[in-house]
Amino acid sequence: MSLHVLRPGMLTTVQDLGRPGSQRAGIPVGGAMDRLALRVANLLVGNDSGEAALEITLLGPTLQFQRDATIAVCGGDLAPAINGIPLPQQRPVQLVAGSVLSFGSARGGCRAYLAAAGGFDLPEVIGSRSTYLPARFGGHQGRALRAGDVLPLRGTCPSPPYRMPKYAGDLRAPRWSAGLRRDYAVPVTVRVVCGPEYTELEPASRDRVFTQEFEVTSHCDRMGYRLLGTPLAFCNYREMLSRGVSCGMVQVPPTGCPLVLMADCATTGGYPRVAQVIAVDLPLMAQLKPGDTLQFQEVPLEEAHALYRRQEGELERLALGLRFKREEWK
Amino acid sequence: MGSRGAPHTTNRFAPLLAISPLGMSHPSLPPSYAIVPLGERALEVVLGSTVDRHTFHRVQAAVQQVEAAPPPGLVECVPTFTTLVIYYDPLVVAYHAFAEGVAKLLAGTARWPALPPRVVEIPVCYGGPFGEDLPVVAEHCGLAIEEVVALHTEPLYLVHMLGFVPGFPYLGGLSPRLAMPRRNSPRLKVAAGSVGIAGEQTGIYPFETPGGWQLIGRTPLPLFSPERNPPTLLQPGDLVRFRPITAEEYNALAEKLL
Repeated sequence: MSLHVLRPGMLTTVQDLGRPGSQRAGIPVGGAMDRLALRVANLLVGNDSGEAALEITLLGPTLQFQRDATIAVCGGDLAPAINGIPLPQQRPVQLVAGSVLSFGSARGGCRAYLAAAGGFDLPEVIGSRSTYLPARFGGHQGRALRAGDVLPLRGTCPSPPYRMPKYAGDLRAPRWSAGLRRDYAVPVTVRVVCGPEYTELEPASRDRVFTQEFEVTSHCDRMGYRLLGTPLAFCNYREMLSRGVSCGMVQVPPTGCPLVLMADCATTGGYPRVAQVIAVDLPLMAQLKPGDTLQFQEVPLEEAHALYRRQEGELERLALGLRFKREEWK
Repeated sequence: MGSRGAPHTTNRFAPLLAISPLGMSHPSLPPSYAIVPLGERALEVVLGSTVDRHTFHRVQAAVQQVEAAPPPGLVECVPTFTTLVIYYDPLVVAYHAFAEGVAKLLAGTARWPALPPRVVEIPVCYGGPFGEDLPVVAEHCGLAIEEVVALHTEPLYLVHMLGFVPGFPYLGGLSPRLAMPRRNSPRLKVAAGSVGIAGEQTGIYPFETPGGWQLIGRTPLPLFSPERNPPTLLQPGDLVRFRPITAEEYNALAEKLL
């Protein structure tokens, strides 16, 4: 049974947590830009946190469910609604067959994640269901969704996993929601650790990395964001041999305007790597759109790791709490 | 807590410098190297500073050493021209412990002979619609078209690493006589299999992308097939030779590969 795409939205793709392990073949890890939102949505519907979900960008799609389903929408607030009824986010919601999910104007952030209980019945490519658009593989036929597409949902009609009283119309939802969510309000402070070529910036630029505001330009997509600000300068700019890079790295090309690499970035690059956005702040980056502004804040590596461990602990507690609720309900 | 206003020092972790006891007796082992943190989830083992076969073998030996006894927390190794990037999981291991684990392995006493390379022959149809920039390259280099093809097909190129896009090989060994800058404006679409020159490098586009390289020919061989295992035709360490073919041979091969 399936999900029919009535309208595709701006850029809706199937993503999971990507395909680590093949970077030496030039294959990026990829996966959801806001991994936290994807994982919370999956946990809420009882999936493994890394199950494939839909990544919805700015202008959302219109989707019709051909069977009953348990879904959750997390991440940016793109004003989702079912049959016109505003859909509560950060919560599992039970819908009946024929329900139509649509989105309105973005009210905060720009990427939302739709998880369905059971996930999508799509083949894995190189160990993942994430869509890698530049090489057109993975996810749903290696591309963004189009009107007329039909996505197979795995499994049969689920019964509500929790006590879910009537919410509105045909929707059922619990009274509680998951609190694990970042504040996507802009302007935003994004924490980074310094990169190996940070010291190649001349001293005034080293300070300016952390004191000036940068604006996200219209050159922003899943591969990376170009930022605008007073250009940074190097002591002695030299072209580097291609070196390893990964999601979150802040590169500064000769123009002096930083480039923040995101989920589908190449595995190697030749520009100086002056910093890397820490893992727990990547969701903040993922929710930025052209015109938004940000500032970088340096943190020591140990702090970045401590924040990451704390977030993983919170996800574990959420998973455990949800499991207890499911057990109670059975 | 931010450190804005405080002096910024990158070397919060001074690179671990190590001298391998076997450095003198085995040319493949890194006699000296540095380990530096690379962002939040990786470290970089710096094994050289120039693109050459000696550095390549040092990087390859380091990969073998680390993968033979992977330290706890290791996620994956990515060799580049002069470094080995190693990704780790901070939930399993902290940076210092992981870096020490890697340093111990690289100081190990095992012998690592260079792996016997595979020689991969890549059939290329040069010029015509498959290599629109071949005449421009010939003129820029002051050579006849046949000479460009001869110089391009003569060497055994080393695949130093893959990167840029899935399956794209960084090849070492292009004749300096064929060096040519990129196009002033990139093409919006470069066909899969296109063989090009940019600067002092030559490479092959695994799939259709925009690109600014000077295109001199095309191969019908797929460099990247996500459904296959392994998904890439080439691996670091392979030796590549280009073999010129006619348009008819190209079409015949292309049909066979469908």
